Amino acid sequence: MKITWVRRICQVFFLLLFLWFCLVTTVGTAWWQLRGWPVNWFLQLNPLTALGLILGTGALPSGLEWAMLTIVLTVILGRFFCGWVCPFGTLHQAIGWLGLRRASPAEQCMRHAFRPAQRMKYYLLTFLLAAAAVGLLTRAAGFLMKISPRWQAVQGMAAGSLQAGWLDPLAFMHRAVNLVLLPLADRWTQALWIGPRFHQGAALIGGLFLAALLINLWIPRFYCRYLCPLGALYGVLGRFALWRIGKKQDACSNCLLCEADCEGACQPAGRIRAHECVLCMNCLHSCPDDLIGYRTARSKSGERPAPDLTRRGVVASLLAGFMVAPFSRLTGRRDPRLIRPPGSRLERDFLARCIRCGQCMRICPTNILHPSISEAGLEGFGSPVAKYSLGTGGCQLRCVACTQICPTGAIRPLSLDEKLGRGTHAADGPVRMGTAFVDRGRCLPWAMNRPCIVCQENCPVSPKAITIQEVFEPSPGGDLAVIRADQLTLYFDETLLPASRNATEDTYCRITDGPDNRPRRVVEWTGSQLGIDPNDPWKAPPVKGAGAELLMHLQRPVVDPKQCIGCGVCESVCPLTVRRAIRVTPDNETRDPPSGFLL
Amino acid sequence: MSARPMDPQRRDFLARGLKAAAAIAVTGAVGHGLGWKTARDHKDEPGEWRLPDFSKPGIEPRLGIVTGPDRIRNLQKAMDALGGWSSYVGPGDRVLLKVNAAFASPPSIGATTHPDLVAETIAQCFRAGASRVVVTDNPIHEPAACFEWSGIGAAARATGADVWVPRDRDFKPVTLRGGRLIRRWPALHAPFEGINRLIGLAPVKDHYRSGASLTLKNWYGLLGGKRSVFHQDIHTLIAELAQLVRATLVILDGTSAMIRNGPTGGSLSDLKATHTMIVSTDPVAADAFGVTLLGRKASDLPHLARAAAAGAGTASYEMLNPIRIQAGPS
Repeated sequence: MKITWVRRICQVFFLLLFLWFCLVTTVGTAWWQLRGWPVNWFLQLNPLTALGLILGTGALPSGLEWAMLTIVLTVILGRFFCGWVCPFGTLHQAIGWLGLRRASPAEQCMRHAFRPAQRMKYYLLTFLLAAAAVGLLTRAAGFLMKISPRWQAVQGMAAGSLQAGWLDPLAFMHRAVNLVLLPLADRWTQALWIGPRFHQGAALIGGLFLAALLINLWIPRFYCRYLCPLGALYGVLGRFALWRIGKKQDACSNCLLCEADCEGACQPAGRIRAHECVLCMNCLHSCPDDLIGYRTARSKSGERPAPDLTRRGVVASLLAGFMVAPFSRLTGRRDPRLIRPPGSRLERDFLARCIRCGQCMRICPTNILHPSISEAGLEGFGSPVAKYSLGTGGCQLRCVACTQICPTGAIRPLSLDEKLGRGTHAADGPVRMGTAFVDRGRCLPWAMNRPCIVCQENCPVSPKAITIQEVFEPSPGGDLAVIRADQLTLYFDETLLPASRNATEDTYCRITDGPDNRPRRVVEWTGSQLGIDPNDPWKAPPVKGAGAELLMHLQRPVVDPKQCIGCGVCESVCPLTVRRAIRVTPDNETRDPPSGFLL
Repeated sequence: MSARPMDPQRRDFLARGLKAAAAIAVTGAVGHGLGWKTARDHKDEPGEWRLPDFSKPGIEPRLGIVTGPDRIRNLQKAMDALGGWSSYVGPGDRVLLKVNAAFASPPSIGATTHPDLVAETIAQCFRAGASRVVVTDNPIHEPAACFEWSGIGAAARATGADVWVPRDRDFKPVTLRGGRLIRRWPALHAPFEGINRLIGLAPVKDHYRSGASLTLKNWYGLLGGKRSVFHQDIHTLIAELAQLVRATLVILDGTSAMIRNGPTGGSLSDLKATHTMIVSTDPVAADAFGVTLLGRKASDLPHLARAAAAGAGTASYEMLNPIRIQAGPS
């Protein structure tokens, strides 16, 4: 079997494995659901993420040790990941092949030609790593603060900002598959979720994904050659690779058939650009004289081992990267209403870790986690934000799925005990995402004197964080004069008694003249008479002409901030769907103690 | 006149004219056809669904009340007193169990139907000859999590019943004839496919808005859509549900009752050991007695009087000569 066929089988295998992991990232107990499948494996193989986290935070979350394997293999073999493993690269290659399958060799040569703009990805890599590396300054400032407190200002301004996720091909592909393709496919299959799945910004994520794929019809592997910072990192790491593609002798017929089929556009016919080579191995078979091999010796025609970057280009991208965090933090604080998933770190630490892979949004059983558009500011674009009114429920009390799946620890892995504040965590209390506030201008019992309290019923904590205030409010047109009465029935002028529209169970009647003015529940309401609860009769029947008032008995919700954990179940069940009458804001969230408002 | 070769410009014009005419004709035909179809479709009534009457004909309304700490023993005693399972489930019957799996909370919290009760009911249905038992509910929390946390899913699988976790496509609009609220409202439909017996299994729970959540309130879980709007008039809704759903049997589990902080609970201190099992063919009577376990009166649940007035049962449960048994500990 040709080596290129082995490569294709390998690529298809990893693409299917990737899609399988996306599919099984579903909460449940079936064999095809999340129960030990290493669904983060591709993200963990990623040295770009690992490097970004080490630079930005000084630590490597568990699981990302897998990146060491990729690094070691790349150092030995070169960019094998790009040509053999990367599922995004496989798609690019397939579409590029489709676009060129009828083209002449000359046309193919032109499309696969090296272009100087391919160096752009190295500048992007520099920019992204520089943005993360600002975290080093933070820690240095922490040390320097011992010398002078002035350094505290630097510490506040210059925490690392992990922006790699936006161009990282694995996070890119996870976002597209998890937040766009699977929800779209499931409209037909209805196998993954109980109803249609939504994600804010899905159009943008899907549009970028489609654009990245379709552009291969013009230039094959466009993303890999020009944009991919991970590919650039591999190019650097593979600089001293032990095995490399190259010519066995310098002289050849110069037919350029090897370059007509070159995925990396690395010019194998001349001085090969080793850092661009994705090890597709096509040239091994396209050379009619069998002059190209994958060997320990360098190409006989010579190599260009390093990308030809200019010093000013590197300086510019470094500087731009260093300024990402300080500039975006000068722009202003994030939207103060931003609610992060439970267990999220403090905002600064969160942004130094989140790669916007969307795994938390994918796994959330109630669809409340969405990619941030503007909520988390420019810097937090695409990071997870909890939107209770967009999902199918609040944050489920006994669910810790998003905290367990986060591959980078931007969301700390919570145990159920920690989330609920039980066991060894009893002293800390439950993890709070915010506090619910009743909008008395919209809440039915507050604003319109109509019964409701769905929020109180659904509040999942014990004792409930929503308490009830019982009141009697006058009913419109409810001031009447009694014609005659006995102990249980009042008679009125038929034309004056309003027709019963509300549930009579919530209607009460009070005699305004006389000593006994306690409201009685109305159990019967016909054309001209009202019957009251037979268990609670009037001691003495009201006299003729006595004033009677119809009242609505209302239960009005009031939030107890000491109990509220900000789970948003109340917000999600509020019947006022256009704008909920009870809404959660991150006040008093656990991760940010100064947000508390309680003394 | 001699035949002249046609002016090429004229020929081209005629050809274009023909194509234009064809395009106009096709546009007109499609537009007319679609317009006609839409107009016709507008008259069509989309398929509604009528919930069948599952009550077993020829059975007098019965009520069995068994006191004792053992849930399963209580149920066995109550069913024996009511003529045995075979009076309600026969060979080849397809039984739907409407449990309360509203919340993703463990059985100890008491917010959901106890899995032991579900397992025993399923086993007895199969022993009486049922060919199929389906367990369903449209919960408030994330459905799959509710069935797992409540233990109902595991209990059903262990005893050979099917768990039906509802999806969007499983709902169809229903209308209660003469009803005011249940009009073209989405209700669970798919799990009822081929079913001929319906058994309601509900725990006894405090419920602030309706007074108590018992067997009638349990039917709320058959509704879909934005059902929270019904809380504005919850008693009318429950009374309508009582008319809409005619079950073969209801089982009200008061072994422990959630006396406060309902219907979610969340703490063991919300529960009280009331040691009672209620089985009835009349859900109104079952609830009228069941609410007393919470220290409340039947008149505190106005929907009971309304349901009774609409012919769904009797709130004066003593009229049914309830069979009372002291089961004691097992």
